[in-house]
Amino acid sequence: MTIERFPVEEGAIMLFARAIGDPNPVYSDVGKARDTEVGGIIAPPTFVQSSAQFDPDYHLRPKLGQPWSGSGRNPTGVVRESGGGPSLTRGLHAEQEFTYHRPLRPGDVLQATTEPGKEWERQGRSGKLVFRERITEYRDQAGELVVTARSVGVQTERPVTEES
Amino acid sequence: MALQASRLAVGDRQEAVLVDDLTRTQIVQYAGASGDYNPLHSDEIFATKVAGYPSVFAHGMLTMGMTGRLLTDWVGDGRLLRYGARFVKQVWPGDTLTATAEITGLRSADGMPVADIKVETRNQEGDIVLTGTASARLDP
Repeated sequence: MTIERFPVEEGAIMLFARAIGDPNPVYSDVGKARDTEVGGIIAPPTFVQSSAQFDPDYHLRPKLGQPWSGSGRNPTGVVRESGGGPSLTRGLHAEQEFTYHRPLRPGDVLQATTEPGKEWERQGRSGKLVFRERITEYRDQAGELVVTARSVGVQTERPVTEES
Repeated sequence: MALQASRLAVGDRQEAVLVDDLTRTQIVQYAGASGDYNPLHSDEIFATKVAGYPSVFAHGMLTMGMTGRLLTDWVGDGRLLRYGARFVKQVWPGDTLTATAEITGLRSADGMPVADIKVETRNQEGDIVLTGTASARLDP
């Protein structure tokens, strides 16, 4: 899976910093950021997560004209297919890891390529747990690797309210 | 301000309250900022009636993002080389989260001083919700 164009934008950085409750001016105040060691606005460490906004097929965003699993007239807009692939009700994020090569700045335009990694299973309190790893490389406009992300998702048999 | 390796020791710690009484609105803010609109995080009806959870719950990445603030406030802007987290337990609306970071190692990588750090985030019950590790570039 490839995200062809992930522009890193000043407004998006500000909104992301607000959402994680981080008032550090290096994420929102051009004047103050200029006087810091990094010399300008940078993105917070987990910001590349918002590359999902630029993935046209991202399954966790409602799309025009398509059924959405969240509630409207009914508790869900999607009738569960028997079997089938990963379900929104049972998918959880288990692990995330970022390796940074340089800070991201407004004006960067990244490309993200995701490859599947390892897959493993174990028995947990919520039944069988299936873990899937995905590795995403974010490269900048010069083709340089700027962030590598390793994500592990887990599919559970039952709702998990204890350790996954 | 970046940290100086000469002033740090293994075992040095920082602690911060990340959020007091996490609101559903902040979870919705994170959904909008990240683009992850999984209804488990914002749609109480879906989360309870369809998915079988007691309520909506926070994105693991919101907890990781909030925990990251403790790290960057400590090591300085643009200093992280690596940051990883495991989501141990769900974070629910109303939770109060406190994170601790501790230096577990000081080393040199390519001639530059680096700190290895362990982080833990706990809820108001004292239960760990996130464990993680990070490495940061220091000044000599």
